[in-house]
Amino acid sequence: MKSNNSIIRLFNVSKRYGAKYALQDVSLEIQKGEFVFLNGPTGAGKSTLLKMLYLAETVSEGQIIVNGMNLARISRSKLALLRRRFGMIFQDFKLISNRTVFDNVALVLEVAGEKPGYIRKKVMHVLRTANMEKKVHSYPPMLSGGEQQRVAVARAMAGNPSIILADEPTGSLDAEAAQATMDFIMKYHEKGVTVIIASHDIQLISRTVKARSILLKDGILQNTATML
Amino acid sequence: MNRFVRRALVDIRLNKFLNLITIITIALSILVVSTFMLFFQNISNMVETWNHGGRVMVYLDNNFTMDMLSETNTKLKSLKNTKQVFFISKDIALSNLKKDINSDSIFFETLSENPLPDAFDVRMGGVSKFEDVALFAEEIKKIPMVSEVEYGQSWLDKFLSVYNLFKIVGYAISGLFFMIALFITANTVRLAFFSRKEEINIMHLVGATDRFIKTPFYLEGLIQGAIGGIAGLIILLISYLSLSSSASDAVSSYMFVDIQFLSFKYILIIISGSTFLGWFGCYISLKQLLK
Repeated sequence: MKSNNSIIRLFNVSKRYGAKYALQDVSLEIQKGEFVFLNGPTGAGKSTLLKMLYLAETVSEGQIIVNGMNLARISRSKLALLRRRFGMIFQDFKLISNRTVFDNVALVLEVAGEKPGYIRKKVMHVLRTANMEKKVHSYPPMLSGGEQQRVAVARAMAGNPSIILADEPTGSLDAEAAQATMDFIMKYHEKGVTVIIASHDIQLISRTVKARSILLKDGILQNTATML
Repeated sequence: MNRFVRRALVDIRLNKFLNLITIITIALSILVVSTFMLFFQNISNMVETWNHGGRVMVYLDNNFTMDMLSETNTKLKSLKNTKQVFFISKDIALSNLKKDINSDSIFFETLSENPLPDAFDVRMGGVSKFEDVALFAEEIKKIPMVSEVEYGQSWLDKFLSVYNLFKIVGYAISGLFFMIALFITANTVRLAFFSRKEEINIMHLVGATDRFIKTPFYLEGLIQGAIGGIAGLIILLISYLSLSSSASDAVSSYMFVDIQFLSFKYILIIISGSTFLGWFGCYISLKQLLK
């Protein structure tokens, strides 16, 4: 299972809520620059697995290594640094409703302590890539679901992450908006960013070439396959 | 830092009502505390005025003779805080007394001998506290032939005991208001924190440190504290301007007193205190909320 090119490694990872396992004995390795789909029905443990990667949930058993860091031993200050390496995208967008599009995207760079000049340039660049530069002064509630998700993806990309974690990013979007969001994510993947998407959308997965699909069912890893 | 200040100001604007309540509470607390400070400052000024120059009357023993004058005079002048020494013989004292009451009074005609003692009028320099005058008087009492030292201790003692009682009450009420203001400030921060819980969660998710999240709250606390302090002082100043002249007139029948507003030093202490109060309220809440 060892590989110098691996960016994420899971060793016999389990997550238990009381007596019930949300995830059981999962061992997995994800390579740098890989495009991975975590798929399976609702309740399969896809979101739990993602949450454990960015430490919104702790591991009950086993170990997770991300970028050489053992997540079980990470301090609170290091956790903030770890999360800056991730670009996170959620089904409910998680945008701050009383901040403008610009401020939402800028937040990632502000927490990293970037200078205002750089922040302005970088935010405008990612918003242009997301085709959202005209909405820079809008507030999230004024945008459609698709537009909000594009802002969320832009925010995820603004910090130049090495890994993108997306939890059902197209779950609340229509087909056109879902495709636009995926295209946008793809642009960054082509630059070498590792992408892990939790989704139960089989059509979306089958449309994405060269992606590895990992099937989870009842918290147990079933199989992995690569789409050609 | 600018972005934190901007954020804090935006948060204040978004939570106007909560912030207004906190500022009013701080302002009222500061008003109570500063009213006591104003009172104590003016009372201290009054005591200082009464002790101005620190005058002590030294009455001598009946066995005192003029041969001893030079030695006693030298001993009085050698004391650390002595500025000037005037000898008042019993004869001069009697003639002064006659002038002060009525020289034709039958009372003086019935006197077979002068009942007044020889005395020294000692003026002190560099003394501003009542306690210093009392210590000075104790030193004089040790000089031979001194029978009594008078510096208004009996009424000043009574006055100071009432003054000290007021001081204790002042401290207690100020402490109570400080605690109330602290409690309300801490709770305002708690409410603001919960109203922004979603936003704070998102910040954590994108890699914000606790410091990044706390700083705008602390700045809000500092701003609330400073504004509350200034508002409290402005209310006190308005009350002072409208009441001080009539209060001075009322007191002027008994003594010459010019009621002064708080000194610059006290104003600085009050504003710093209220600013600290705002910060401390935040600190208490955030320590619990961001464990």
